[in-house]
Amino acid sequence: MSDRSLLELNLAEARDGLARRMFSARELTAAYNDAVAEAKPLNAYITPTPERALTMADAADERLARGEALLLDGIPVAVKDLFCTKDIQTTAGSHILDGFRPPYESTITDKLWQAGAVMIGKANLDEFAMGSSSTTSWYGPVESPWRRPGDNRPLVAGGSSGGSAAAVAARAALAAIGTDTGGSIRQPASFCGIVGLKPTYGRCSRWGVVAYASSLDHPGPMGRTVRDVAIMLRAMAGHDPRDSTSAALPVPDFAAALTGDIRGLRIGIPREYSVDGMPGEIAALWQQGVEWLRAAGAEPVEISLPMTKYALATYYIIAPAEASSNLARYDGVRFGLRIEGDSLEEMYELTRAAGFGAEVRRRVLIGTYVLSAGYYDAYYLKAQRVRTLIARDFAGAFERVDCILTPTAPSAAFAIGDKSDDPIAMYLNDVFTVPANLAGLPAISVPAGLSADGLPLGLQITGRAFDEETVLRVAEVLESAARFRHLPGFVAGGGG
Amino acid sequence: MALDTAAVARIASLARIRLSEAELDPLADELSHILTWVEQLNEVDTTGVAPMASAAAASLPMRADAVTDGGCPSAILGNAPRAARGFFTVPKVVE
Repeated sequence: MSDRSLLELNLAEARDGLARRMFSARELTAAYNDAVAEAKPLNAYITPTPERALTMADAADERLARGEALLLDGIPVAVKDLFCTKDIQTTAGSHILDGFRPPYESTITDKLWQAGAVMIGKANLDEFAMGSSSTTSWYGPVESPWRRPGDNRPLVAGGSSGGSAAAVAARAALAAIGTDTGGSIRQPASFCGIVGLKPTYGRCSRWGVVAYASSLDHPGPMGRTVRDVAIMLRAMAGHDPRDSTSAALPVPDFAAALTGDIRGLRIGIPREYSVDGMPGEIAALWQQGVEWLRAAGAEPVEISLPMTKYALATYYIIAPAEASSNLARYDGVRFGLRIEGDSLEEMYELTRAAGFGAEVRRRVLIGTYVLSAGYYDAYYLKAQRVRTLIARDFAGAFERVDCILTPTAPSAAFAIGDKSDDPIAMYLNDVFTVPANLAGLPAISVPAGLSADGLPLGLQITGRAFDEETVLRVAEVLESAARFRHLPGFVAGGGG
Repeated sequence: MALDTAAVARIASLARIRLSEAELDPLADELSHILTWVEQLNEVDTTGVAPMASAAAASLPMRADAVTDGGCPSAILGNAPRAARGFFTVPKVVE
Protein backbone atom coordinates (compact mmCIF):
# COMPACT_ATOMS: atom_id res chain seq x y z
CA MET A 1 0.00 0.00 0.00
CA SER A 2 1.12 3.58 -0.59
CA ASP A 3 2.20 5.78 2.30
CA ARG A 4 -0.87 7.90 1.75
CA SER A 5 -3.32 5.03 1.97
CA LEU A 6 -1.56 3.66 5.06
CA LEU A 7 -1.83 7.05 6.76
CA GLU A 8 -5.55 7.24 5.98
CA LEU A 9 -6.33 4.20 8.13
CA ASN A 10 -7.56 4.73 11.66
CA LEU A 11 -6.21 2.60 14.51
CA ALA A 12 -8.93 -0.05 14.34
CA GLU A 13 -8.47 -0.38 10.55
CA ALA A 14 -4.68 -0.50 10.82
CA ARG A 15 -4.95 -3.26 13.42
CA ASP A 16 -7.13 -5.28 11.05
CA GLY A 17 -4.71 -4.67 8.17
CA LEU A 18 -1.74 -5.78 10.26
CA ALA A 19 -3.56 -8.88 11.52
CA ARG A 20 -4.45 -9.85 7.95
CA ARG A 21 -0.85 -9.17 6.85
CA MET A 22 -1.99 -6.64 4.21
CA PHE A 23 1.07 -4.63 5.25
CA SER A 24 3.77 -5.00 7.88
CA ALA A 25 4.29 -3.04 11.06
CA ARG A 26 7.59 -1.91 9.56
CA GLU A 27 5.81 -0.49 6.47
CA LEU A 28 3.25 1.28 8.62
CA THR A 29 5.92 2.67 10.95
CA ALA A 30 8.12 3.78 8.06
CA ALA A 31 5.15 5.67 6.60
CA TYR A 32 4.65 7.39 9.96
CA ASN A 33 8.35 8.18 10.31
CA ASP A 34 8.11 9.93 6.93
CA ALA A 35 4.95 11.68 8.06
CA VAL A 36 6.65 12.96 11.22
CA ALA A 37 9.45 14.39 9.07
CA GLU A 38 6.97 15.94 6.64
CA ALA A 39 5.01 17.51 9.51
CA LYS A 40 8.10 19.10 11.06
CA PRO A 41 6.90 22.69 10.40
CA LEU A 42 4.05 22.08 12.88
CA ASN A 43 6.63 21.55 15.66
CA ALA A 44 4.34 18.84 17.05
CA TYR A 45 7.30 16.74 18.19
CA ILE A 46 10.19 17.65 20.43
CA THR A 47 11.98 14.32 19.93
CA PRO A 48 11.03 12.03 17.05
CA THR A 49 12.24 8.47 17.68
CA PRO A 50 12.30 6.89 14.19
CA GLU A 51 14.96 4.26 14.86
CA ARG A 52 13.40 3.10 18.11
CA ALA A 53 10.09 2.95 16.23
CA LEU A 54 11.47 0.64 13.54
CA THR A 55 13.03 -1.68 16.13
CA MET A 56 9.70 -1.89 17.95
CA ALA A 57 7.87 -2.45 14.65
CA ASP A 58 10.16 -5.36 13.77
CA ALA A 59 9.39 -6.99 17.11
CA ALA A 60 5.68 -6.50 16.41
CA ASP A 61 6.08 -8.08 12.96
CA GLU A 62 7.66 -11.16 14.53
CA ARG A 63 4.70 -11.58 16.88
CA LEU A 64 2.23 -10.94 14.07
CA ALA A 65 3.97 -13.58 11.92
CA ARG A 66 3.69 -16.10 14.77
CA GLY A 67 0.00 -15.30 15.14
CA GLU A 68 0.62 -13.93 18.64
CA ALA A 69 -0.48 -10.34 18.03
CA LEU A 70 -0.90 -8.10 21.06
CA LEU A 71 -3.65 -5.50 21.53
CA LEU A 72 -1.73 -2.63 19.91
CA ASP A 73 0.90 -4.53 17.94
CA GLY A 74 2.58 -2.28 15.39
CA ILE A 75 0.50 0.84 16.12
CA PRO A 76 2.60 4.06 15.94
CA VAL A 77 1.80 6.28 18.91
CA ALA A 78 2.94 9.79 19.87
CA VAL A 79 3.81 10.30 23.54
CA LYS A 80 3.32 13.67 25.18
CA ASP A 81 6.75 14.67 26.42
CA LEU A 82 5.48 14.64 29.99
CA PHE A 83 5.72 10.83 30.23
CA CYS A 84 9.12 9.58 31.31
CA THR A 85 10.64 7.25 28.75
CA LYS A 86 13.71 5.28 29.76
CA ASP A 87 16.93 6.66 28.29
CA ILE A 88 15.00 8.99 25.95
CA GLN A 89 15.12 12.71 26.62
CA THR A 90 12.05 13.85 28.56
CA THR A 91 11.61 17.63 28.68
CA ALA A 92 8.10 18.56 29.89
CA GLY A 93 8.62 21.41 27.40
CA SER A 94 10.86 23.11 29.95
CA HIS A 95 14.39 24.47 29.86
CA ILE A 96 14.84 23.31 33.44
CA LEU A 97 14.83 19.63 32.38
CA ASP A 98 17.68 20.13 29.90
CA GLY A 99 19.37 16.85 29.13
CA PHE A 100 17.15 14.73 31.40
CA ARG A 101 17.10 11.07 30.39
CA PRO A 102 14.89 9.16 32.80
CA PRO A 103 16.37 5.96 34.24
CA TYR A 104 12.85 4.48 34.26
CA GLU A 105 9.73 4.15 32.11
CA SER A 106 6.31 5.56 33.09
CA THR A 107 3.64 2.97 33.83
CA ILE A 108 1.41 4.15 30.97
CA THR A 109 4.11 4.04 28.31
CA ASP A 110 5.36 0.72 29.66
CA LYS A 111 1.84 -0.70 29.31
CA LEU A 112 1.63 0.61 25.74
CA TRP A 113 4.92 -1.04 24.78
CA GLN A 114 3.87 -4.25 26.58
CA ALA A 115 0.77 -4.15 24.34
CA GLY A 116 2.97 -3.91 21.24
CA ALA A 117 2.57 -0.19 20.44
CA VAL A 118 5.39 1.61 18.62
CA MET A 119 6.80 4.89 19.95
CA ILE A 120 6.99 7.32 17.05
CA GLY A 121 8.20 10.30 19.10
CA LYS A 122 7.81 12.61 22.08
CA ALA A 123 5.21 15.29 21.45
CA ASN A 124 5.44 19.01 22.21
CA LEU A 125 3.29 20.63 24.92
CA ASP A 126 2.89 23.69 27.08
CA GLU A 127 5.71 23.92 29.61
CA PHE A 128 4.91 21.49 32.46
CA ALA A 129 1.44 21.09 30.85
CA MET A 130 0.48 24.56 32.07
CA GLY A 131 -1.50 26.15 29.27
CA SER A 132 -4.27 25.94 26.73
CA SER A 133 -2.36 26.77 23.56
CA SER A 134 0.91 24.75 23.44
CA THR A 135 2.76 28.02 22.89
CA THR A 136 4.74 28.14 26.16
CA SER A 137 7.14 25.27 25.37
CA TRP A 138 10.88 26.01 25.58
CA TYR A 139 10.97 24.18 22.22
CA GLY A 140 8.67 26.67 20.52
CA PRO A 141 4.94 26.77 19.80
CA VAL A 142 2.96 23.94 18.20
CA GLU A 143 1.08 24.98 15.06
CA SER A 144 -2.28 23.48 14.28
CA PRO A 145 -2.52 21.73 10.91
CA TRP A 146 -5.76 23.69 10.47
CA ARG A 147 -6.01 27.15 8.92
CA ARG A 148 -8.99 29.41 8.46
CA PRO A 149 -9.82 29.34 4.75
CA GLY A 150 -8.27 32.37 3.07
CA ASP A 151 -6.22 33.24 6.13
CA ASN A 152 -2.64 32.07 6.49
CA ARG A 153 -2.07 32.99 10.12
CA PRO A 154 -0.92 29.97 12.11
CA LEU A 155 -3.42 28.80 14.72
CA VAL A 156 -2.85 27.16 18.08
CA ALA A 157 -3.41 23.42 18.41
CA GLY A 158 -4.84 23.97 21.89
CA GLY A 159 -3.11 22.71 24.96
CA SER A 160 -1.45 21.50 26.82
CA SER A 161 -1.40 18.23 24.82
CA GLY A 162 -1.24 20.27 21.58
CA GLY A 163 1.62 18.35 19.99
CA SER A 164 -0.23 15.06 20.49
CA ALA A 165 -3.44 16.53 19.00
CA ALA A 166 -1.70 18.20 16.04
CA ALA A 167 0.21 15.00 15.26
CA VAL A 168 -2.94 12.86 15.20
CA ALA A 169 -4.89 15.45 13.15
CA ALA A 170 -2.03 15.84 10.64
CA ARG A 171 -1.66 12.05 10.29
CA ALA A 172 1.79 12.22 11.83
CA ALA A 173 0.68 9.74 14.52
CA LEU A 174 -1.98 7.06 14.43
CA ALA A 175 -2.93 7.80 18.04
CA ALA A 176 -1.39 9.61 20.98
CA ILE A 177 -1.32 9.86 24.71
CA GLY A 178 -1.75 13.09 26.60
CA THR A 179 -2.51 14.33 30.08
CA ASP A 180 -5.47 16.42 31.19
CA THR A 181 -5.29 18.57 34.32
CA GLY A 182 -7.92 21.16 33.38
CA GLY A 183 -8.83 20.22 29.81
CA SER A 184 -5.44 19.50 28.28
CA ILE A 185 -6.60 16.44 26.33
CA ARG A 186 -10.13 17.54 25.45
CA GLN A 187 -9.57 21.17 24.43
CA PRO A 188 -6.75 20.41 21.93
CA ALA A 189 -8.82 17.47 20.64
CA SER A 190 -11.68 19.93 20.04
CA PHE A 191 -9.37 22.47 18.35
CA CYS A 192 -7.78 19.84 16.07
CA GLY A 193 -10.89 17.84 15.12
CA ILE A 194 -9.94 14.58 16.86
CA VAL A 195 -11.24 12.53 19.82
CA GLY A 196 -9.70 12.96 23.28
CA LEU A 197 -10.67 11.13 26.47
CA LYS A 198 -9.89 12.08 30.04
CA PRO A 199 -10.61 8.89 32.01
CA THR A 200 -11.75 8.77 35.64
CA TYR A 201 -9.16 9.86 38.20
CA GLY A 202 -7.40 6.66 39.22
CA ARG A 203 -8.15 4.74 36.00
CA CYS A 204 -4.72 5.40 34.46
CA SER A 205 -1.58 5.50 36.58
CA ARG A 206 0.29 8.75 37.05
CA TRP A 207 3.55 6.98 37.92
CA GLY A 208 6.37 8.37 35.80
CA VAL A 209 4.33 11.31 34.53
CA VAL A 210 6.01 14.65 35.27
CA ALA A 211 3.68 16.03 37.94
CA TYR A 212 1.85 19.33 37.54
CA ALA A 213 -1.14 19.16 39.94
CA SER A 214 -1.30 15.65 41.32
CA SER A 215 -4.96 15.61 42.39
CA LEU A 216 -6.04 16.84 38.94
CA ASP A 217 -3.57 15.19 36.50
CA HIS A 218 -5.15 12.48 34.34
CA PRO A 219 -3.31 10.55 31.59
CA GLY A 220 -5.55 9.57 28.68
CA PRO A 221 -5.76 8.59 25.00
CA MET A 222 -6.25 10.73 21.88
CA GLY A 223 -7.20 9.35 18.47
CA ARG A 224 -9.12 9.72 15.24
CA THR A 225 -12.24 7.89 16.39
CA VAL A 226 -14.06 6.98 19.56
CA ARG A 227 -13.28 3.32 18.89
CA ASP A 228 -9.57 4.13 18.61
CA VAL A 229 -9.45 5.79 22.03
CA ALA A 230 -11.49 2.93 23.52
CA ILE A 231 -8.87 0.46 22.26
CA MET A 232 -6.04 2.66 23.56
CA LEU A 233 -7.68 3.03 26.97
CA ARG A 234 -7.88 -0.71 27.44
CA ALA A 235 -4.10 -0.93 27.09
CA MET A 236 -3.46 2.06 29.37
CA ALA A 237 -5.88 1.43 32.22
CA GLY A 238 -5.39 -0.70 35.30
CA HIS A 239 -4.21 -0.74 38.88
CA ASP A 240 -0.65 0.32 39.60
CA PRO A 241 0.73 -0.21 43.09
CA ARG A 242 3.26 2.56 42.43
CA ASP A 243 0.49 5.19 42.26
CA SER A 244 -1.34 5.31 45.59
CA THR A 245 -4.37 6.94 43.91
CA SER A 246 -4.63 4.23 41.24
CA ALA A 247 -7.93 2.34 41.42
CA ALA A 248 -7.87 -1.41 42.03
CA LEU A 249 -10.69 -2.13 39.59
CA PRO A 250 -10.95 -4.54 36.66
CA VAL A 251 -10.40 -3.10 33.17
CA PRO A 252 -13.38 -3.65 30.88
CA ASP A 253 -13.14 -4.19 27.12
CA PHE A 254 -14.11 -0.59 26.40
CA ALA A 255 -14.55 -1.16 22.65
CA ALA A 256 -17.18 -3.82 23.42
CA ALA A 257 -19.28 -1.08 25.02
CA LEU A 258 -19.71 0.63 21.63
CA THR A 259 -23.05 -0.97 20.86
CA GLY A 260 -24.62 2.07 19.23
CA ASP A 261 -27.63 1.61 21.49
CA ILE A 262 -28.33 4.56 23.78
CA ARG A 263 -32.10 4.14 23.89
CA GLY A 264 -33.50 5.18 27.22
CA LEU A 265 -30.31 6.80 28.48
CA ARG A 266 -30.89 10.11 30.21
CA ILE A 267 -28.61 12.90 29.00
CA GLY A 268 -28.15 15.88 31.30
CA ILE A 269 -28.06 19.34 29.74
CA PRO A 270 -26.71 21.75 32.37
CA ARG A 271 -28.25 25.19 32.05
CA GLU A 272 -25.23 26.89 33.66
CA TYR A 273 -23.06 26.06 30.64
CA SER A 274 -24.90 28.69 28.59
CA VAL A 275 -22.25 31.20 29.61
CA ASP A 276 -22.25 34.86 28.69
CA GLY A 277 -20.53 35.50 25.40
CA MET A 278 -20.74 31.92 24.14
CA PRO A 279 -20.67 32.18 20.33
CA GLY A 280 -24.05 31.43 18.77
CA GLU A 281 -22.55 28.72 16.57
CA ILE A 282 -21.36 26.79 19.64
CA ALA A 283 -24.77 27.09 21.30
CA ALA A 284 -26.33 25.88 18.03
CA LEU A 285 -23.94 22.92 17.78
CA TRP A 286 -24.73 21.97 21.37
CA GLN A 287 -28.46 22.04 20.54
CA GLN A 288 -27.74 19.94 17.46
CA GLY A 289 -25.97 17.43 19.73
CA VAL A 290 -29.07 17.25 21.93
CA GLU A 291 -31.17 16.52 18.83
CA TRP A 292 -28.77 13.83 17.59
CA LEU A 293 -28.91 11.99 20.91
CA ARG A 294 -32.69 12.39 21.12
CA ALA A 295 -33.03 10.96 17.61
CA ALA A 296 -30.98 7.94 18.75
CA GLY A 297 -33.49 7.27 21.51
CA ALA A 298 -31.89 9.03 24.48
CA GLU A 299 -33.82 11.40 26.67
CA PRO A 300 -32.42 14.91 27.21
CA VAL A 301 -33.00 16.21 30.73
CA GLU A 302 -32.34 19.75 31.84
CA ILE A 303 -30.14 19.78 34.93
CA SER A 304 -28.50 22.37 37.13
CA LEU A 305 -24.84 22.46 38.19
CA PRO A 306 -24.95 25.72 40.15
CA MET A 307 -21.27 25.75 41.15
CA THR A 308 -20.08 25.69 37.53
CA LYS A 309 -19.20 29.38 37.49
CA TYR A 310 -16.77 28.90 40.38
CA ALA A 311 -14.88 25.95 38.90
CA LEU A 312 -12.21 27.99 37.11
CA ALA A 313 -11.33 30.12 40.13
CA THR A 314 -11.22 26.96 42.26
CA TYR A 315 -8.91 25.35 39.73
CA TYR A 316 -6.61 28.38 39.57
CA ILE A 317 -6.00 28.14 43.31
CA ILE A 318 -5.67 24.37 43.67
CA ALA A 319 -3.61 23.68 40.54
CA PRO A 320 -0.96 26.37 41.24
CA ALA A 321 -0.80 25.30 44.89
CA GLU A 322 -0.06 21.71 43.93
CA ALA A 323 2.29 22.89 41.18
CA SER A 324 4.34 25.03 43.54
CA SER A 325 4.86 21.95 45.70
CA ASN A 326 5.55 19.54 42.83
CA LEU A 327 7.95 21.90 41.08
CA ALA A 328 10.02 22.45 44.22
CA ARG A 329 12.08 19.45 43.10
CA TYR A 330 13.69 21.42 40.24
CA ASP A 331 16.64 22.83 42.10
CA GLY A 332 19.65 22.17 39.88
CA VAL A 333 20.99 19.39 42.10
CA ARG A 334 19.84 16.00 40.81
CA PHE A 335 18.87 16.50 37.14
CA GLY A 336 18.37 19.10 34.46
CA LEU A 337 19.59 22.66 34.28
CA ARG A 338 21.96 24.16 36.83
CA ILE A 339 23.12 27.75 37.02
CA GLU A 340 26.05 27.99 39.38
CA GLY A 341 25.94 30.44 42.28
CA ASP A 342 28.17 31.39 45.17
CA SER A 343 25.82 29.75 47.66
CA LEU A 344 23.35 26.89 47.56
CA GLU A 345 20.52 29.41 47.91
CA GLU A 346 21.79 31.46 45.00
CA MET A 347 22.19 28.35 42.85
CA TYR A 348 18.55 27.40 43.50
CA GLU A 349 17.27 30.88 42.73
CA LEU A 350 19.32 31.38 39.57
CA THR A 351 18.53 27.89 38.26
CA ARG A 352 14.80 28.31 38.76
CA ALA A 353 14.77 31.85 37.34
CA ALA A 354 16.52 30.68 34.18
CA GLY A 355 14.73 27.34 33.91
CA PHE A 356 11.06 28.28 34.28
CA GLY A 357 9.12 30.24 31.64
CA ALA A 358 6.72 33.09 32.42
CA GLU A 359 3.53 31.04 32.90
CA VAL A 360 5.21 28.39 35.06
CA ARG A 361 6.80 31.10 37.18
CA ARG A 362 3.42 32.84 37.53
CA ARG A 363 1.73 29.66 38.73
CA VAL A 364 4.52 28.73 41.13
CA LEU A 365 4.32 32.22 42.66
CA ILE A 366 0.52 32.12 42.97
CA GLY A 367 0.72 28.65 44.47
CA THR A 368 3.42 29.67 46.92
CA TYR A 369 1.30 32.63 47.98
CA VAL A 370 -1.97 30.72 48.52
CA LEU A 371 -0.14 28.11 50.61
CA SER A 372 1.80 30.64 52.67
CA ALA A 373 1.18 31.39 56.33
CA GLY A 374 -1.83 33.66 56.79
CA TYR A 375 -3.36 32.94 53.36
CA TYR A 376 -3.74 29.16 53.37
CA ASP A 377 -7.25 29.18 54.86
CA ALA A 378 -8.53 32.13 52.83
CA TYR A 379 -7.44 30.74 49.47
CA TYR A 380 -6.40 27.11 49.48
CA LEU A 381 -8.83 25.65 52.03
CA LYS A 382 -11.62 27.82 50.64
CA ALA A 383 -10.98 26.42 47.16
CA GLN A 384 -10.93 22.86 48.48
CA ARG A 385 -14.32 23.46 50.13
CA VAL A 386 -15.79 24.82 46.89
CA ARG A 387 -14.32 21.77 45.16
CA THR A 388 -16.47 19.61 47.45
CA LEU A 389 -19.55 21.55 46.34
CA ILE A 390 -18.64 21.14 42.67
CA ALA A 391 -18.28 17.37 43.13
CA ARG A 392 -21.63 17.33 44.98
CA ASP A 393 -23.30 19.11 42.04
CA PHE A 394 -22.24 16.24 39.79
CA ALA A 395 -23.20 13.55 42.33
CA GLY A 396 -26.69 15.06 42.52
CA ALA A 397 -27.00 15.27 38.74
CA PHE A 398 -25.92 11.65 38.27
CA GLU A 399 -28.82 10.51 40.41
CA ARG A 400 -31.04 11.77 37.60
CA VAL A 401 -29.00 11.32 34.41
CA ASP A 402 -26.52 8.83 32.90
CA CYS A 403 -24.19 11.37 31.33
CA ILE A 404 -23.93 15.07 30.58
CA LEU A 405 -23.64 16.79 27.18
CA THR A 406 -21.89 20.17 26.85
CA PRO A 407 -19.59 21.95 24.43
CA THR A 408 -15.90 21.16 24.99
CA ALA A 409 -14.56 24.70 24.67
CA PRO A 410 -16.09 28.19 24.40
CA SER A 411 -14.38 28.91 21.05
CA ALA A 412 -12.60 27.37 18.09
CA ALA A 413 -8.80 27.62 17.79
CA PHE A 414 -7.29 31.11 17.93
CA ALA A 415 -4.18 32.56 16.31
CA ILE A 416 -0.79 31.92 17.87
CA GLY A 417 0.00 34.93 20.07
CA ASP A 418 -3.62 35.81 20.80
CA LYS A 419 -4.56 35.80 24.50
CA SER A 420 -0.91 35.39 25.49
CA ASP A 421 -0.72 38.76 27.24
CA ASP A 422 -3.81 38.16 29.41
CA PRO A 423 -3.55 35.06 31.63
CA ILE A 424 -7.24 35.10 32.57
CA ALA A 425 -8.40 35.27 28.93
CA MET A 426 -6.28 32.16 28.35
CA TYR A 427 -7.67 30.45 31.48
CA LEU A 428 -11.26 30.92 30.19
CA ASN A 429 -10.55 28.29 27.51
CA ASP A 430 -11.00 25.68 30.21
CA VAL A 431 -14.37 26.84 31.52
CA PHE A 432 -16.23 23.69 30.34
CA THR A 433 -13.45 21.17 30.95
CA VAL A 434 -12.14 22.05 34.42
CA PRO A 435 -15.19 20.80 36.40
CA ALA A 436 -14.58 17.16 35.39
CA ASN A 437 -10.99 17.40 36.64
CA LEU A 438 -12.07 18.80 39.99
CA ALA A 439 -14.64 16.00 40.37
CA GLY A 440 -12.38 13.33 38.82
CA LEU A 441 -15.04 12.24 36.30
CA PRO A 442 -14.50 10.70 32.85
CA ALA A 443 -15.11 13.11 29.95
CA ILE A 444 -14.53 12.92 26.21
CA SER A 445 -14.42 15.44 23.37
CA VAL A 446 -15.81 14.37 19.99
CA PRO A 447 -15.47 16.48 16.82
CA ALA A 448 -19.01 17.54 15.95
CA GLY A 449 -18.88 20.36 13.42
CA LEU A 450 -17.07 23.33 11.93
CA SER A 451 -17.20 26.94 12.99
CA ALA A 452 -18.29 29.61 10.48
CA ASP A 453 -14.62 30.18 9.71
CA GLY A 454 -14.00 26.51 8.99
CA LEU A 455 -12.43 25.25 12.23
CA PRO A 456 -13.36 22.15 14.25
CA LEU A 457 -15.64 22.33 17.28
CA GLY A 458 -16.07 19.53 19.79
CA LEU A 459 -18.86 18.35 22.03
CA GLN A 460 -18.13 16.85 25.44
CA ILE A 461 -19.74 13.89 27.21
CA THR A 462 -19.09 13.60 30.96
CA GLY A 463 -20.03 10.48 32.88
CA ARG A 464 -20.10 8.84 36.29
CA ALA A 465 -16.83 7.85 37.92
CA PHE A 466 -15.45 4.66 36.33
CA ASP A 467 -18.27 4.57 33.77
CA GLU A 468 -16.12 5.26 30.72
CA GLU A 469 -18.20 2.63 28.93
CA THR A 470 -21.35 4.79 28.88
CA VAL A 471 -19.29 7.87 28.00
CA LEU A 472 -17.73 6.05 25.06
CA ARG A 473 -21.03 4.53 23.93
CA VAL A 474 -22.78 7.89 23.84
CA ALA A 475 -19.71 9.52 22.25
CA GLU A 476 -19.72 6.99 19.42
CA VAL A 477 -23.40 7.68 18.72
CA LEU A 478 -22.59 11.39 18.63
CA GLU A 479 -19.67 10.70 16.30
CA SER A 480 -21.86 8.65 13.93
CA ALA A 481 -24.51 11.36 13.84
CA ALA A 482 -22.05 14.22 13.34
CA ARG A 483 -20.21 12.44 10.50
CA PHE A 484 -17.24 14.78 10.90
CA ARG A 485 -15.10 14.01 7.84
CA HIS A 486 -13.29 17.32 7.46
CA LEU A 487 -9.53 17.35 7.14
CA PRO A 488 -7.10 20.10 8.09
CA GLY A 489 -5.27 22.12 5.45
CA PHE A 490 -2.15 20.10 6.11
CA VAL A 491 -2.06 16.32 6.35
CA ALA A 492 1.05 14.21 5.89
CA GLY A 493 1.06 12.10 2.75
CA GLY A 494 -0.87 14.82 0.94
CA GLY A 495 -4.22 13.14 1.72
CA GLY A 496 -7.54 14.92 1.61
CA MET B 1 -5.83 41.18 47.24
CA ALA B 2 -3.44 43.69 45.70
CA LEU B 3 0.17 42.65 46.11
CA ASP B 4 2.91 45.26 46.28
CA THR B 5 6.41 44.70 45.02
CA ALA B 6 7.69 43.86 48.49
CA ALA B 7 5.12 41.07 48.75
CA VAL B 8 6.10 39.72 45.35
CA ALA B 9 9.76 39.76 46.34
CA ARG B 10 8.92 37.83 49.51
CA ILE B 11 6.88 35.20 47.62
CA ALA B 12 9.64 34.84 45.03
CA SER B 13 12.13 34.30 47.81
CA LEU B 14 9.90 31.58 49.33
CA ALA B 15 9.61 29.99 45.87
CA ARG B 16 13.40 30.25 45.35
CA ILE B 17 13.03 32.16 42.09
CA ARG B 18 15.37 35.12 41.57
CA LEU B 19 13.58 38.18 40.19
CA SER B 20 15.15 41.40 38.99
CA GLU B 21 13.87 44.77 40.23
CA ALA B 22 12.40 45.42 36.79
CA GLU B 23 10.29 42.25 36.96
CA LEU B 24 8.61 43.07 40.28
CA ASP B 25 6.18 45.77 39.10
CA PRO B 26 4.62 43.90 36.18
CA LEU B 27 4.43 40.69 38.24
CA ALA B 28 2.72 42.52 41.11
CA ASP B 29 0.07 43.67 38.62
CA GLU B 30 -0.38 40.22 37.05
CA LEU B 31 -0.55 38.33 40.32
CA SER B 32 -2.91 40.90 41.89
CA HIS B 33 -5.18 40.60 38.88
CA ILE B 34 -5.32 36.80 39.22
CA LEU B 35 -5.83 36.90 43.00
CA THR B 36 -8.64 39.45 42.70
CA TRP B 37 -10.29 37.20 40.11
CA VAL B 38 -10.11 34.03 42.25
CA GLU B 39 -11.56 35.91 45.23
CA GLN B 40 -14.97 35.48 43.59
CA LEU B 41 -15.02 32.28 45.67
CA ASN B 42 -15.85 34.45 48.67
CA GLU B 43 -19.39 34.65 47.24
CA VAL B 44 -19.84 30.95 48.04
CA ASP B 45 -21.07 29.94 51.48
CA THR B 46 -18.86 27.02 52.51
CA THR B 47 -19.84 26.92 56.17
CA GLY B 48 -19.63 23.34 57.38
CA VAL B 49 -18.33 22.04 54.03
CA ALA B 50 -15.34 19.71 54.28
CA PRO B 51 -12.36 20.44 52.03
CA MET B 52 -11.76 17.99 49.17
CA ALA B 53 -8.12 17.11 48.55
CA SER B 54 -8.64 14.44 45.91
CA ALA B 55 -11.25 12.55 43.92
CA ALA B 56 -9.56 9.29 44.91
CA ALA B 57 -10.64 7.18 47.87
CA ALA B 58 -9.92 9.03 51.10
CA SER B 59 -7.82 6.28 52.67
CA LEU B 60 -4.52 5.33 51.11
CA PRO B 61 -3.76 1.66 50.49
CA MET B 62 -1.25 -0.10 52.74
CA ARG B 63 1.55 -2.32 51.53
CA ALA B 64 4.35 -4.29 53.11
CA ASP B 65 7.16 -2.09 54.40
CA ALA B 66 9.72 -3.64 52.09
CA VAL B 67 12.40 -2.35 49.73
CA THR B 68 11.06 -2.76 46.19
CA ASP B 69 13.45 -0.62 44.19
CA GLY B 70 16.86 0.96 44.25
CA GLY B 71 20.43 -0.26 44.16
CA CYS B 72 21.17 1.79 41.04
CA PRO B 73 23.21 4.81 42.18
CA SER B 74 24.97 5.29 38.85
CA ALA B 75 21.65 5.42 36.96
CA ILE B 76 20.42 8.07 39.38
CA LEU B 77 23.61 10.12 39.39
CA GLY B 78 23.72 9.88 35.60
CA ASN B 79 21.41 12.89 35.34
CA ALA B 80 23.18 15.03 37.94
CA PRO B 81 24.64 18.30 36.68
CA ARG B 82 27.52 17.58 39.08
CA ALA B 83 28.39 14.45 40.98
CA ALA B 84 31.50 13.06 42.61
CA ARG B 85 32.33 9.75 44.29
CA GLY B 86 28.74 8.53 44.38
CA PHE B 87 27.26 11.81 45.64
CA PHE B 88 25.45 14.83 44.23
CA THR B 89 27.61 17.89 44.74
CA VAL B 90 26.41 21.41 45.62
CA PRO B 91 28.09 24.70 46.55
CA LYS B 92 29.74 24.62 49.97
CA VAL B 93 27.16 25.18 52.72
CA VAL B 94 29.40 24.97 55.81
CA GLU B 95 32.44 27.20 56.31
